[in-house]
Amino acid sequence: MKKDLKQKIGVYICECGGNISDYVDVEKVAKAVENEPGVYLVQTTMFTCSDSAQIEIIEGIKENNLDSMVVASCSPKLHLLTFRDVAKRAGLNQYNYVHANIREQCSWAHSDRTEEATDKAVRLVRAAIAKVRLSESLETIEIEAKNVAAIVGAGVSGLRSAIDLADQGTQVYLIERDHFVGGRTAQWGKLFPTNEDGKELVERLYKQIKERENITVFTGADIQSLDGSVGDFKLGVKISPRHITGACDEETSDQLYKVCPQETDDEFNFGLTKRKAIYKNYKNAYPENPVVDMDLCDKCGECLKVTNSNINLEQEAENITLNVGAILLNTGFDPYEPKDGEFGYKTIDNVITLPQFRRLLDMSNGSLEYNGKSIRDIAYIYCVGSRQPDGENKHCSRYCCTSAIQSALNVKSKYSDVRNFHINRGIRTYGKQETCYVDSTKQGDVYLQFFEKSFPTLEKIGDKTIITLNDALTDNETMEVSADLVVLVTGMVPRKEDTVAGILKVPIGSDKFYNEIHTKLRPVETVIDGIFIAGACQSPKNIRATMASTLSATAKANSLISTGKIELEPIIATIDTNLCEWCGKCDELCSYNAFEKVEIDGKMVAQVNKAICKGCGACAPICEVNAINIIGSSDEEVEVMIDAFVKDVQFIEDHKAKEAEKTVGKTDDTEKLKKALPEIGKKILQSLESEAKSVPEIAADIQHPADDVLYYLMSLRKYGFVKETGEINDDEYYLYELKQ
Amino acid sequence: MSDYQPKILVFSSDKISDPAIDLAGLLKKHYSPKVYNITVPCTSSVKSRWILHAFEKGIDGVFIGSDGTDCPYRSDCSDLSSKVIEQTQEVMKERGINIARVKMAALCSVCADPFVNHMKNFSESLASLGNIKNETGQSNE
Repeated sequence: MKKDLKQKIGVYICECGGNISDYVDVEKVAKAVENEPGVYLVQTTMFTCSDSAQIEIIEGIKENNLDSMVVASCSPKLHLLTFRDVAKRAGLNQYNYVHANIREQCSWAHSDRTEEATDKAVRLVRAAIAKVRLSESLETIEIEAKNVAAIVGAGVSGLRSAIDLADQGTQVYLIERDHFVGGRTAQWGKLFPTNEDGKELVERLYKQIKERENITVFTGADIQSLDGSVGDFKLGVKISPRHITGACDEETSDQLYKVCPQETDDEFNFGLTKRKAIYKNYKNAYPENPVVDMDLCDKCGECLKVTNSNINLEQEAENITLNVGAILLNTGFDPYEPKDGEFGYKTIDNVITLPQFRRLLDMSNGSLEYNGKSIRDIAYIYCVGSRQPDGENKHCSRYCCTSAIQSALNVKSKYSDVRNFHINRGIRTYGKQETCYVDSTKQGDVYLQFFEKSFPTLEKIGDKTIITLNDALTDNETMEVSADLVVLVTGMVPRKEDTVAGILKVPIGSDKFYNEIHTKLRPVETVIDGIFIAGACQSPKNIRATMASTLSATAKANSLISTGKIELEPIIATIDTNLCEWCGKCDELCSYNAFEKVEIDGKMVAQVNKAICKGCGACAPICEVNAINIIGSSDEEVEVMIDAFVKDVQFIEDHKAKEAEKTVGKTDDTEKLKKALPEIGKKILQSLESEAKSVPEIAADIQHPADDVLYYLMSLRKYGFVKETGEINDDEYYLYELKQ
Repeated sequence: MSDYQPKILVFSSDKISDPAIDLAGLLKKHYSPKVYNITVPCTSSVKSRWILHAFEKGIDGVFIGSDGTDCPYRSDCSDLSSKVIEQTQEVMKERGINIARVKMAALCSVCADPFVNHMKNFSESLASLGNIKNETGQSNE
């Protein structure tokens, strides 16, 4: 298919205030590309991103009736959106603009070889020109969005998110797999640094949830299916019943627990206690009613005899479909479960995990006992299941050092004769958490340290467990700690029973946690539009960091769906239906189910669902008849770029004329240059009008970060707007003044 | 050691390996200026025909900066690319092109040093192989 090639291309080459032009001869580049097919005008500018340069480009495009543009400047990661906007304001389609990265991937990378950097810049700009010639006008895909969100997981992260999202006007469905809200936080007892109980935190959040009419909480709810796409997801959810159909007060509940004969390990207490088939996670768990565990119940009927129990053992599960615009995953983590025998776990009877210890401490009353034996000396072994030199958990779980030390503080304040021994691999109580470490040393806790090369060994002798280690803090002296209880400070791992990720097709990272688009720049979004991740399902986080990420996801979700419309990038796969013979390979490979089998002109072919396709392109190489191309990375586009890279570069050597031209340009155009300054440059000049100033003084005066000021000041110096006074001020900073 | 400066075509991914290449520049870590980068959404989209086209046109080596397991789209993207490379190498063998001229490595979004090292090593090994045109039978003009 022959395309209409672009005929009037505007090429704008940025000097970036010397960041490019110090190493790349931009004038040479301009000269070398001006005769490329389709190029109508080439301009170099000092700061292409500055407001005045943008206006100039827009005017130029309109005046000359250009049909496309190339900007050669910094990485498109910085200014792609800026120049798409310029294109739009100039009346161009934003996809008729192509960017060439001649700073990060040219002038800076090759600042050691300026001539070759110039040669490379020519090739990069030519490739962009060749690509833009082929460009077509594309419309962003606009779809309707429901201002309704599903939040999966009602731990503190999900609860917090629901409240904020609801307050921003979004209808919220809060979906919890367990029959009670609160997740892990409810299990932890007293928390650093306020000593507030995790259960109190949950209660406070839950009460706020109940005050809001636009939040619906589903407990015992399992996600079964997902259809649709961003703005219009259809989430199939199975709601398991509580089997208690009316109010059930505390007295009645207590009686129910009493009469129920079926017993099992209580998961909430990590198996330290037993619970009945009728149970609550803990006394004040929410929602208030107990629940009947039908996997355990044998319908003996004892509970039905209790008056006012409102029990209905025949209540059936309900399948519902929630129509939502966005989905926020706050599904949390599992504590690492040590392997049998790992530091004596399950082989020595007084070895427990940190989560178990927190439950033990929370439930203990009057005396601290485990297995009927009173506890005085507690040894904590750190980094169990984290930072494994050989295992698959390479990560630090971030919360465990603080949690273990906080536990040591909690236990000591409750039972003052307890002695704590922290056998660690280096304490990581970063930030404010350092205070709990200080408090623990003040209360007399003993810290011993080992390295990954020699792990401590454990041996049970009588009632005590003897831990032997080479203590790094005393020049590898062999030390023995005799403990009544050994607490394995276990880290966080992804949920073992995760059915959600598979159904929602959430990308999983190498650490097996949910994966964001970009760890720093886009930390709560996934590549699946409309699906966000927050809290410990993404990576180990403490409650503080969890809240920060969940509020961030909340804001992102709200801004996506609250206007009722969503714009999607039209960078998707296309099918040449003349070539396609529907073999189904693309459909099989696609992670997102973006393909549909349709009939066109009497034959079956693949069709791409525009709202679902992410444009990753994985399908393109596997198509045996080469019917698939990705918009923006089509065969033609890639191949013309390659051709441009290899085409010889010959500079027209006319030094004299060019030098003359350059001088004229520079002296006559001071005013023009001044006009082209970015806002911050103008502010700096203004600030220096009254007196000479140092960089920090200018920064304070114009209220910009000092590093920005320094960056622009150096450009101003280069272009002869300012100079050093040669003096330094009292703080020993150089002073700068206007150059007349 | 040959003085030949080979031309290298890099395929990088928009979200992961391209930022690594940007970072190398930001840190002024130098590599051969004959390295040219094309950014695609995910390197699993790189087709065999693009690589072969590059060799035909005089690119001496093709490097795929894969996302590895960091890929935001799919964790098996490197496996998919490996298959494409295997297929490409079959054709390269038929055409008498040294299969060491195509290379893939995973780059994370901050893997500036690994990228620069890959470019240095790849440049050196390609230099010792000499100009691609000796293999594709085109003239050296």
